[in-house]
Amino acid sequence: MTAVGIGRIVPRRGFARRNPTLVAGVVLLGLIVLVALLAPWLAPDPADAGTATHPFRVLAGPSSAHPFGTDLVGRDLLTRVMYGARISLRIVVEVLVIAGLVGIPLGLAAGYFGGRVDQVIMRITDVFLAFPALLLSLAIAFVLTPSVTNMTIAIAVTWWPWYTRLVRGEAASVATRPYIESCRTLGVSPVRILLRHVLPNSITPVLVQMSMDAGGILLTAASISFLGLGAQDPTPEWGLIVSQGAQYFSTQWWFVTFAGLAILFTAIAFNLIGDGVRELLDPRRVISR
Amino acid sequence: MIRYAGERLALGVLVVVGVVVLTFLIARVIPGDPAVTYAGPRASKSQLEHTRQQLGLDKPVVVQLGDYLKGIATGDWGTSYRTKRPVLSDLRTALPASIELVTAGLLLALIVGLPLGLVSARFHGELPDFLVRVVSVIGVSMPVFWAALILQLVFAQRLGWLPAAGQYDPNLYYTSPLTSYVQMPTVDALITGNLPVLESSISHLILPAAVVALYPAGLLARMVRASVLDTLGESHIRMARSLGFGDRAIFGRWALRPAMNPVVQVTALVFAYSLANTFLVEAVFDWPGLGSYAANSLQALDTPAIVGVTLIVAIVYVVLNLLVDIAQAAIDPRIRLR
Amino acid sequence: MLEVRNLGVWFGERQVVAVDALDLDRGQMLGIVGETGSGKSMTAYAIAGLAPGMGARVEGSVKLEGRELLGLSDHELRDIRGRQIAMIFQAPISSLNPVFRVGDMFLRALRLHGASKPQARERASAAMRSVALSPDLLRRYPHELSGGQAQRVAIALAVALRAEVLIADEPTSALDVTVQAEILEVLQKLRAEESLAALFISHDLAVVSGICDSVAIMHDGQVVERGPVGRTLRHPEHPYTRELLAAVPRLNRPETPGA
Repeated sequence: MTAVGIGRIVPRRGFARRNPTLVAGVVLLGLIVLVALLAPWLAPDPADAGTATHPFRVLAGPSSAHPFGTDLVGRDLLTRVMYGARISLRIVVEVLVIAGLVGIPLGLAAGYFGGRVDQVIMRITDVFLAFPALLLSLAIAFVLTPSVTNMTIAIAVTWWPWYTRLVRGEAASVATRPYIESCRTLGVSPVRILLRHVLPNSITPVLVQMSMDAGGILLTAASISFLGLGAQDPTPEWGLIVSQGAQYFSTQWWFVTFAGLAILFTAIAFNLIGDGVRELLDPRRVISR
Repeated sequence: MIRYAGERLALGVLVVVGVVVLTFLIARVIPGDPAVTYAGPRASKSQLEHTRQQLGLDKPVVVQLGDYLKGIATGDWGTSYRTKRPVLSDLRTALPASIELVTAGLLLALIVGLPLGLVSARFHGELPDFLVRVVSVIGVSMPVFWAALILQLVFAQRLGWLPAAGQYDPNLYYTSPLTSYVQMPTVDALITGNLPVLESSISHLILPAAVVALYPAGLLARMVRASVLDTLGESHIRMARSLGFGDRAIFGRWALRPAMNPVVQVTALVFAYSLANTFLVEAVFDWPGLGSYAANSLQALDTPAIVGVTLIVAIVYVVLNLLVDIAQAAIDPRIRLR
Repeated sequence: MLEVRNLGVWFGERQVVAVDALDLDRGQMLGIVGETGSGKSMTAYAIAGLAPGMGARVEGSVKLEGRELLGLSDHELRDIRGRQIAMIFQAPISSLNPVFRVGDMFLRALRLHGASKPQARERASAAMRSVALSPDLLRRYPHELSGGQAQRVAIALAVALRAEVLIADEPTSALDVTVQAEILEVLQKLRAEESLAALFISHDLAVVSGICDSVAIMHDGQVVERGPVGRTLRHPEHPYTRELLAAVPRLNRPETPGA
């Protein structure tokens, strides 16, 4: 009796052990969300997230009073970074919601109805997709006066085409399925068919994609603010803080560092969740563990 | 194959036209008066009127668009309000600089990302895999502008190993002047055998290219890993094993080529991200490319320049997608059928 | 020639195969029949030595011409795979590497097992002809072949490699009935001409009864009945075998609805 080779076995028990990436991401994001929600109570100087200025402690290094140091007008950076979480999370959610609300119905229509509708919608999306998202967002953010809201709109405008394309593919294949045919023959209205049958069956890839996009949206928003076309002072958006600190970087390293780290870790959290969701919903992957 | 390429080309042209129209309209919507930019803030009213006529701003928008499209086709991309030079010639100096940076960045990303992804797949579930995955996640989550600042601080200012900004040492303009053929210092220096400039431009490229490469490298590593693992699960790999091929042959030949298919597909996406990131990097490293040009043009409400930049980016992107499609069809014969 | 004793295959803690004994002689075709999940495919993979690569643990004894296969080093196993034991799979077109021409696979596989380039080319052409395919098809890509052609290519690979045992995992399940008949014809010819021994795994009793000499019925990982195909199917002893037989639709019963 001999045993030949031992393959890698997927642990049978414990959601956490089988999906470490997802759990790690959720935990990290959970911490960030917690900080964002509790910022008004946790932050040492909530007023510093706004227009407060403290001329006597401008550009002070990290200390027990100000663990992240202070910025160019003396505001506590720990506070600003914490409040920045609220803004960043809000932007990500809003962009996903808007892009979804625009992109998904268009994709459903294009996929289900096909023909001219499909052609028109897809040409429009192709034009939007011809651009890297960042560049188009920059252009739009510039046209509308720079602000957090306008930046959110700008990013959403560049993001929806991806979802349209994704949903269209799924909807088109669902539309050919026999049970949809039977609905049609029974005289069910197209809107009902779309909402009750096509939508639920086409939506999974979009949700997975959204979880993977969250990180990208965050980075795009931070980049736009860094370039000055997004959030404006006194809004404590992370990208803006980094741009403010850029010129002081060689001597006052803390100004740029902590805000940047915040972006990095939040993006990591989003990306881990995106990875985890994809692993979870893709049955083929299980074997390769 | 030819037909396939032709189809994609036609589609590309259509998309580019759509892009131009869209950007033109957006640019016209920008608040602010281009005539003021062109003529200067001290121009009198009549001078402004004259300028407006000169720039064709008094004609209806549709006519302006028509004129512009006609111009594009004949090589007249308008004159920049800001630099007063033809947009096309401005782009001719700015574009190569960006291409130099993006290419260097992408090459670096390929050199680093592909092998990492392969290692990750080969040893999946073990330590090398874990390490690569951690590094890749960091790579794709890193804010580019922040990474640029940090690298600049550490390597340029604190350690002094590499230069902080610019394309190459400006002193060399005098000591070792460079004749420009393709407007890319590295390439030109290589062609003309101008060693000092070559050395200088390469050392100036390293940091910005590294920053540009962060995201694509991480993405590529992940894609390659996923693709190879997926391919390894497919039936034909089982068949290859049943024929007696060992791990090295399976990995190196039978799984590798089919696995590259999705990777090639992702490359276009990667390039787009890299292009966008290049603009951010250009800002930090003072790189005279499209990004700086675009930023300046946006600030100056320089419509012809803005549209010109948009157009060139769209063209580059479309061309790249075309190349990727063709490359894909070459690697995977099944695609030619579609 | 092929002796399997006390073969056990586990995925983690779950045992999927518990086969007490299986025997295969030269020129003989043994059918392994069972429903999905009965462990028949895993048995085949375990015999071919592919199970560990799928993450399974294997114990027991598989002897080919007296030589124990389980426990051999990977290096030695690779020698045996292809040259002595060859496999063909369900969904024939997916079993062939899509980015390489069919001929490439032949060449590389043959050269792997020691043939020179000209030898390989010759054997490939000869093998193709023996399965009633033109050697010109070697220049095609798998997606340019029909299912039947692709499966015959897979069989030709086994012939070219001069394998002694062919393990066929549901080789006809993905094919039309007429194409199925072609494949079976080819297998029969090879058995007659080359004394090819084959393990034919299928869920289709009808197909197995047509081509195999003996049959083993599997259920829940175990062999519940075995014997010469004629006797076993006419006088089944195990209740499960009876169930399987009853499930086969018969055309000559007037009371059968539908048909």
